[in-house]
Amino acid sequence: MAERMTTDAPRPRPAAEPRLPTLGEEITRPGHLACPGCAVPLLARTFLKIAGPRTVFCVPACCFAVIDGPFPYSSAGVPFVHCAFETAAVTAAGVKAGLRARGQGDILVVAWAGDGGTFDIGIQALSGAAERNDDILYVCYDNEAYMNTGIQRSGSTPNGAWTTTTPGGKQGRKKNLGMIMAAHRIPYFATVSPGYYNDMVAKMRRAISTKGFRMLHALSSCPPGWKMAEEHSLTSTRLAVDTRIFPLYEVDDGRFRVTVNPPQRPVSEYLRLQGRFAQLGAAGIEAQQRAADEDWAALRARCERHGNVND
Amino acid sequence: MTTSEKLLTGNEAAAWGAARAGAEVVAAYPITPQTTIIETLASLVHRGISKAEYIAVESEHSAMAACIAAAHTGARAFTATSSQGLALMHELMHWAAAARLPVVLANVNRAMAPGWSIWTDQNDSLSQRDTGWIQIYCVDNQEVVDSVIQAFALAARTSLPVMVVLDAFVLSHTAEAVHIPEEEEVRPLIPEWNAPWKIDIDRPAALGSLVPPAEYEKMRKKLCDAHAQAALVIEDLAATWRKRFGRGAGLIESYRAEGAETILVTSATIASTARVVIDELRDKGVPAGLVRVRVFRPFPVAALRGALAGAKRVVVLDRNCSYGASGIFYQELRAALCGVPGAPVVHGYIAGMGGRDVTPLTVRAALGRAMEGEAPVPESTWLSE
Ligand SMILES: Cc1ncc(C[n+]2csc(CCOP(=O)(O)OP(=O)(O)O)c2C)c(N)n1
Ligand code: SF4
Ligand SMILES: [Mg+2]
Repeated sequence: MAERMTTDAPRPRPAAEPRLPTLGEEITRPGHLACPGCAVPLLARTFLKIAGPRTVFCVPACCFAVIDGPFPYSSAGVPFVHCAFETAAVTAAGVKAGLRARGQGDILVVAWAGDGGTFDIGIQALSGAAERNDDILYVCYDNEAYMNTGIQRSGSTPNGAWTTTTPGGKQGRKKNLGMIMAAHRIPYFATVSPGYYNDMVAKMRRAISTKGFRMLHALSSCPPGWKMAEEHSLTSTRLAVDTRIFPLYEVDDGRFRVTVNPPQRPVSEYLRLQGRFAQLGAAGIEAQQRAADEDWAALRARCERHGNVND
Repeated sequence: MTTSEKLLTGNEAAAWGAARAGAEVVAAYPITPQTTIIETLASLVHRGISKAEYIAVESEHSAMAACIAAAHTGARAFTATSSQGLALMHELMHWAAAARLPVVLANVNRAMAPGWSIWTDQNDSLSQRDTGWIQIYCVDNQEVVDSVIQAFALAARTSLPVMVVLDAFVLSHTAEAVHIPEEEEVRPLIPEWNAPWKIDIDRPAALGSLVPPAEYEKMRKKLCDAHAQAALVIEDLAATWRKRFGRGAGLIESYRAEGAETILVTSATIASTARVVIDELRDKGVPAGLVRVRVFRPFPVAALRGALAGAKRVVVLDRNCSYGASGIFYQELRAALCGVPGAPVVHGYIAGMGGRDVTPLTVRAALGRAMEGEAPVPESTWLSE
């Protein structure tokens, strides 16, 4: 893991959301091994409070596989099936088929994988399961690099971001997972951010109650990997939305809908919080602003085509 | 052919075996010459003869991953593949065995590319030697159906995955009269798999997490020990089959090997060709016999030592090669006989790679050269040279 880094960027104070939703009982047990400030335990804990105990997690090699704890411990509180790096989706499909064959088809089977296991090495099995419309819920927690192995770039690493294998900053943009999954015509896809908790909870509920292949793409802040102070972790996930770098939307049977209309802050507020973007100069930041604006316009246009814009 | 017999190819026999054993999840990806196994199964599922959940995955890697996952729930999982497909599964072959899951796989032996070959040799399955899988090599289509059914029982009783191997085309696409046991006859022989590491929604636990070295080593020793246990179960199942159906071999099959001075050791369909040659030789008064290695893992060291005791020479005929070493059965047999007092001289020959025909002529050549006193070489002699 990378050394901790603090920045002297101004700390924006995001507006608090009005009220927290009521969730179910706590499933997760104490003792997880995540770094301080890691978004993964928050994501998993919240998810399980909604999903309940009749849930199975299928988790490939990634930070979450370590976070859950070493043999014989497990903090998830539900069966936690470790699987090979590239097999999250098909492992969930296989568990689901087995449970169905055994008369336990009501159990929710979840593939929970990192961006590496989703955008890169696992994309073949993911595409297969999506095309077959296997009845599983796939959660990709996206920390935008291979963190488990020490911060190497992935297909999800943003343009310009430092990683150990892109020491001068990554050249080239992050894959658009939403477009990839929408092209598979899956029943439900949504982006979520822990910084917009109520939106996240609503989408988790939606995904859990939908049948067929559904996916949640969760922005997952990683203080060591992003070279960011851990106390900025949640703020960063909110700023990612507010700067339109990580827009919150859902794709419901092919129809795009933006679910949070952000206040549009300049991208620099998000980038400056994180040491991984430290080498970006003014021109670099300008380019990132243009890219975010273009992407936002394209997303809005897509939503408009589907009659789904409400400002 | 009796009324309960059907004319079946080896591939159809494999599919019927899986259906009769009650496979609950089938995940597979097509490859020549395995395709008709999964086509037959798809049709059996479609017609309701098999109740399996059929997952048409996008690769062999995913086929094995799905079987591993399904086996974790306690469901009987089956897949079939060949050569490149088996090689693609390799990472997960280790996984299935080390997770101690009762997955059953039928592999049609096909040569590895390049150059492309769809014909039989054993380098695909033997490359999975050290993964922890049980490997059973079949001599005919009857043995294919019986071995697949036995594999489900064996897997459930040992918590080990089992690979049933059949030769490309020689068995896979050749029809023979085969008796398919009825469901009621075989289901009671296949116990419910109830290991404590089955997914249990009421007792949530992590399966396959990070293990410290001492625990890891303990687990691997147990995996190794399970193979010793499997040898006993294989003989037990063979005894059951002989009693119920009047047929079938266990770890090895001896053919006219009693009192033989020269014994041919080989595997799979070469053994059925070899029987003809042994008969000829015996008719001429030459004391020659045959021992077929049916089970390659666990390697039947004790059974082979017993069957070969008293022979002057052993001739191993391999349809495979560990490049830089020798024929693989040759290598293993020499290791098994090492240090045995009065052990026979062991000759190694290689033939039939890439599906090159192994005829009685080939078998005669191997036996003849050894009996005429050709010196054995450590790297095996290629018969075509
Ligand atoms: C086949 C294979 N290749 C490589 C690895 C090594 N490996 C384990 S986790 C990992 C990176 C995981 O990255 P990601 O999916 O983004 O999850 P994160 O660790 O960032 O949470 C890699 C490369 C592996 N386990 N298996
Ligand atoms: S490295 Fe990042 S993703 Fe991994 S546990 Fe730490 S904070 Fe979480
Ligand atoms: Mg990652």
